[in-house]
Amino acid sequence: MENLAQLVPLVIIAPLIGMLINLFLGKYLGERGVGMVAIGAALIAFVVAVLLLVQQTATGYAPVVVEIPFFSRWIDVPAAALYIGWQFRVDTLSVTMMLVVAGVGSLIHFYATGYMHGDSMYPRFFVYLNMFLVFMMLLVTGNNFLVLFIGWEGVGFCSYILISFWWDRAQKDKQFGTVGWKNSLAGRKAFIVNRVGDFGLLIALFLTFWTFGTLDFYKPGEVPIQSVHEQTRVIEVVRTDETAPAPASPALDEPHPAAMGVFNQAEQMMAEGATVSFGSITMPIQTVLTLIALFMLLGVTGKSAQIPLFVWLPDAMAGPTPVSALIHAATMVTAGVYLIVRSQVFYHYAPFASGVVTLVGAVTALVGGFIALGQWDIKKVLAYSTVSQLGFMVAAAGIGAYTAAMFHLAAHALFKALLFLGSGVVIHAVEHGYHHVQHLKEGEHHAEHGGDAPEDEEEPFDPQDMRNMGGLKASMRRTYWFYLIGALALAGIFPLAGFWSKDEILAEGLMRGFVEGDLVGYIAFGLLFISALLTAFYMGRQVILVFHGQPRTEAARYAGERAYGMRVMVNVLAVLAVGTVVFGFINVASGFWVVDRIIRPHVFADWLQHTVVYAHPANALMGVAILAVAGAVIMILAARSIYLHRPVVEGDKDPLQVNPQTEGLFALANARMFWDEIYDKYIVVPFTRAGHWLADRLDSAFLHDFVHDVLLVKTFNGVARLLGRPVDLGIIDGAVNGLGRLAQAIAGPLGRLQTGYVRVYALSVFIGALLVIVLLLLPLLQVMGGN
Amino acid sequence: MIQMPTLESLNFGVAFPALSLVIGAVLLLVVDVFLPERRKGLVPWLALLGVLVSLAVSMINYNEVGEAFSGMFIADPFTSLVNIIVLISAALSILLAMDYLRRTEMEHRSDYYLLLLFTTSGMLFMGAANDLIVVFVALELLSIPLYVLSGFRRPNLKSEEAALKYFLLGAFASGFLVFGIAMIYGATGTTNLPGVWAGTAAIVESASPSLYLLLLGVGLIVVSLGFKVAAVPFHMWTPDVYEGAPTPVTAFMSVGTKAGSFAALLRILVVGLPTLILTGATSAAWANTLAILAALTMILGNFVALRQMNIKRMLAYSSIAHAGYILMAVAAAGDPAVGNQGVQAALIYLLTYAFTNLGAFAIVIALERNDGTGGQLDDFRGLASQRPVLALLMTFFMLSLTGIPLTAGFIGKWYVFLSAINAGLVLLAVIGAVTSVVAAFYYIRIIVRMYLQEGDANIGTSRLSYTLGAAILVAGLGTLIFGVLPFLVADLTQGVQIVRTIAQIAGGG
Repeated sequence: MENLAQLVPLVIIAPLIGMLINLFLGKYLGERGVGMVAIGAALIAFVVAVLLLVQQTATGYAPVVVEIPFFSRWIDVPAAALYIGWQFRVDTLSVTMMLVVAGVGSLIHFYATGYMHGDSMYPRFFVYLNMFLVFMMLLVTGNNFLVLFIGWEGVGFCSYILISFWWDRAQKDKQFGTVGWKNSLAGRKAFIVNRVGDFGLLIALFLTFWTFGTLDFYKPGEVPIQSVHEQTRVIEVVRTDETAPAPASPALDEPHPAAMGVFNQAEQMMAEGATVSFGSITMPIQTVLTLIALFMLLGVTGKSAQIPLFVWLPDAMAGPTPVSALIHAATMVTAGVYLIVRSQVFYHYAPFASGVVTLVGAVTALVGGFIALGQWDIKKVLAYSTVSQLGFMVAAAGIGAYTAAMFHLAAHALFKALLFLGSGVVIHAVEHGYHHVQHLKEGEHHAEHGGDAPEDEEEPFDPQDMRNMGGLKASMRRTYWFYLIGALALAGIFPLAGFWSKDEILAEGLMRGFVEGDLVGYIAFGLLFISALLTAFYMGRQVILVFHGQPRTEAARYAGERAYGMRVMVNVLAVLAVGTVVFGFINVASGFWVVDRIIRPHVFADWLQHTVVYAHPANALMGVAILAVAGAVIMILAARSIYLHRPVVEGDKDPLQVNPQTEGLFALANARMFWDEIYDKYIVVPFTRAGHWLADRLDSAFLHDFVHDVLLVKTFNGVARLLGRPVDLGIIDGAVNGLGRLAQAIAGPLGRLQTGYVRVYALSVFIGALLVIVLLLLPLLQVMGGN
Repeated sequence: MIQMPTLESLNFGVAFPALSLVIGAVLLLVVDVFLPERRKGLVPWLALLGVLVSLAVSMINYNEVGEAFSGMFIADPFTSLVNIIVLISAALSILLAMDYLRRTEMEHRSDYYLLLLFTTSGMLFMGAANDLIVVFVALELLSIPLYVLSGFRRPNLKSEEAALKYFLLGAFASGFLVFGIAMIYGATGTTNLPGVWAGTAAIVESASPSLYLLLLGVGLIVVSLGFKVAAVPFHMWTPDVYEGAPTPVTAFMSVGTKAGSFAALLRILVVGLPTLILTGATSAAWANTLAILAALTMILGNFVALRQMNIKRMLAYSSIAHAGYILMAVAAAGDPAVGNQGVQAALIYLLTYAFTNLGAFAIVIALERNDGTGGQLDDFRGLASQRPVLALLMTFFMLSLTGIPLTAGFIGKWYVFLSAINAGLVLLAVIGAVTSVVAAFYYIRIIVRMYLQEGDANIGTSRLSYTLGAAILVAGLGTLIFGVLPFLVADLTQGVQIVRTIAQIAGGG
């Protein structure tokens, strides 16, 4: 069983091989071949993840560090005491993430074979998708911050190329009315916004390395201190190899710092009240940890789309829908949550930073939920919903409810993937319906012309706009039911996965306020509760606008779920829907009505606790649960009464807009609370101006024209001419200058002879010999003279 | 009194890597005679086989230490590493020559490969010499076939001129070597390097007048080997010979001869004469001289290379400049504390330089037209759009020659500079750093021509031959792997401790 953990490199190698095969052979394999390779790679990763789950369970949840022979000395700089090996970490946390990534990932690979059917860049898409798996696995399996960071950057890059996947499609942007390269711009925006966050993460890593002298989470064989001596808080290094003498007293016999990973060192330094010096500044360890945690939070806000860096995520929906589901809902954007949970020791000792984390998460949840109310694009609603739900997770991590954060992460991965993929089916169906309508019209005019959609459409049709839908329930029965399950789970209706996880977060927030008297807990609970209500409302609105009522366009009338490739897509929805129904029961809160007597409570918390030592199982607060469900049901009914029987057609206004009392609110949500405009005005434009100024004035006029051309180049040319021409011309071109001149002076007439002659060369050797001998004897003469 | 050596004292086994190549060369000589004209194509493959066998043996016996031929020949990791550098260069150079000779219609002249094998074995013996006489014999074995090879492209006048120049000056330099050996023999009474070491210690201690003889001898040997490695001011033959000689020969000379000669120089100076420390000095008497030569070599080589418009001449001056960097490491080895580090740095530099420079020359061969033209820098214009892969690799080699990180060249420079600074030669290191910046100018100039300038790069071969492609691939991989995984070279050179070797011999004897 121990050896089973050695399989872990496969989770990276399998997608890597899949990627390489498709990269080099993709064009020969055909769609089926490419799909099978990519799916196979993802499935192998999933099987390995399941085996690792078995391994962890069977070996008593002991974390295992796996080294790969060649890379164990990956970075090795003795001068800076920088030793970083590429090690894999198999523990309950990383296995959880692997299961989510590979599980949801495999399903989405299946789905994508149908969704991307017929795309001219089909093999490339699967190359990118497998590449994403490689980096995501790198991120979650690494045993040190640097490997994590490489994965972090890698998934960022994959996100960028996948958002811009249809980079060559010029699109009409409804909101701004401009024809532009929307996809490329969205990709670029995601990349640049993430740079800001990554900068924060980098600073956090530098601080970590400076403070602890290593970036490893835990060294091989090391276990978290606090898990062994949770109660007594005796700080000592616990190692599995018995040969190492256990230090009798930490103060007297301190182990070498590099013998411990960062987290145990942090524990120890906290216990000792150590200080860290940065040049002339010396700070207590707690301040340093707070700084690290805050800079890390900046990274999290970028990757996990939190305020203030969340603006890239809604735009990222320009990518193909499987990408939105896999990367921008289920896996990559949760990397930030994983990072916080992984670094829980830092956050545990940095209460201020944790408070900031909580507030950022809770406010993001509220803002995201509010903006989602006013969106017309089916995917944009889901995107803002993702922002909001990520806010839930981050807030949960901030209040120390690490279990709840991870639980919501996994549950959200399931039902949000379900919703995104469902929306993909809907979009696909509406698009097909539209082409069908076009075909009919074409047929009326000239029947011989094929089924091609006309290239120049006078009025662009947006298959993602919910105003173009309606009544799809009739033609897409299966999709409707699966989508409904996802939506109810997201709204937090008992007993779906979203209920359990969201309820746990709310309960934890309230408990935090109650038990510890912490104001942050109350604020978090309040904001998150309102967000939960908003969630129920906008999901109700979406389901009703899309599936209920009458079809509002011809396209919606002819939409159907029977086109080629759609069957596999709907089947994937079915699997995810089943997951959404049952998943919540793995972490039933203890004391929950009768359920906790039927099913063992908080299984997931127990499992996670072996790694996330500050995690704790949750107790149910029946009052909160009832209140939340009741609130959600009321909001859904409210959405039903508002939207079901009112005419909502493209161009027409939302019922909320018609009502003067809510008009302003809807406009605010519809305009995304002007975040983008504010960023544009106060950051992007000044930044561009500064860039132009730097480029035109400072770089071009001053640095290039003056410093470079005048100062550097002229001087350099002068020096080169001085040294180059005499010496060079002297030897090669015939005029004996430079060293040749020396020869001329000594050898008289010989020097006048053109070089290229051997005798001149020989003379040079001779003079060189004299030089060498004089140089050698000179010190000797001095010594003799001195005597 | 003449002693008959016993079989034990000959100890052939230790010398097996070098001997196997010599035996292979002699066998090939016989085979070549009996091969019919149309089967001559087999010779290069047999030669390659011989080189690879010798390479394999060197690798297997990498850490073996022992003496052969009554102490005249020594095998240790130093020898093995020199063997590996030389043999890899030889193998690549055979691949280059196969393509080149076919295109210049000299394919039937298979004696080329024989000469190449003999000069290679000379280089192997240089690295293993434990006696000044062996150094001399090995140097001649190295040189004479090279003279012939330089003129191999007869009746091309430039090639013949190069051969004659090289021969005359080489003979001159050999004279210096013999004279230097005589001086050292006169001072210490032996030509055996450990013996020289013991004698030197006695002379320095007693401050006897023999010190003058010894210093004179060292000077003359430095001149002779400085000529072989093309150190300024003994470099003048280099551009003419490099330009005139057939390009694969140039490629091999620029790497192999350098490796062999530096190996001999290191053996003589670091094994034989490390204790030649004058009163009041901290490092060996020859260190200062070599430092000055290194500075001159780096400055002149790099600045003059700036003005070259012919790629072979440019690479010739660049190879002079690189000799300067290696000399820096040799000078650093004069400090007893840094001795081993300097030697290791020099070898690492040679290893990394071998891959990079052979790669660059391979691409030059690919671009050279059959009439020998196509070697001007302007011929590189627009190469990137016509042969993107070749241009990319050339860029990589140029970056490696410049010493940009993630290439092998950077690793070599890193170790050399480190050893120089550790030996207190800070000024020299600064000169080296400044001249590397100068070097960047002319290397990057080629990249600029390939990528940023329009033009039709006329390519000699319409399709790369497999042998040439393989050579470029191996060189590129070597440059990449040593650049990305620097601990490999560190591991290779860890065992190279020739200063300790002498201490052991002294302790044992």
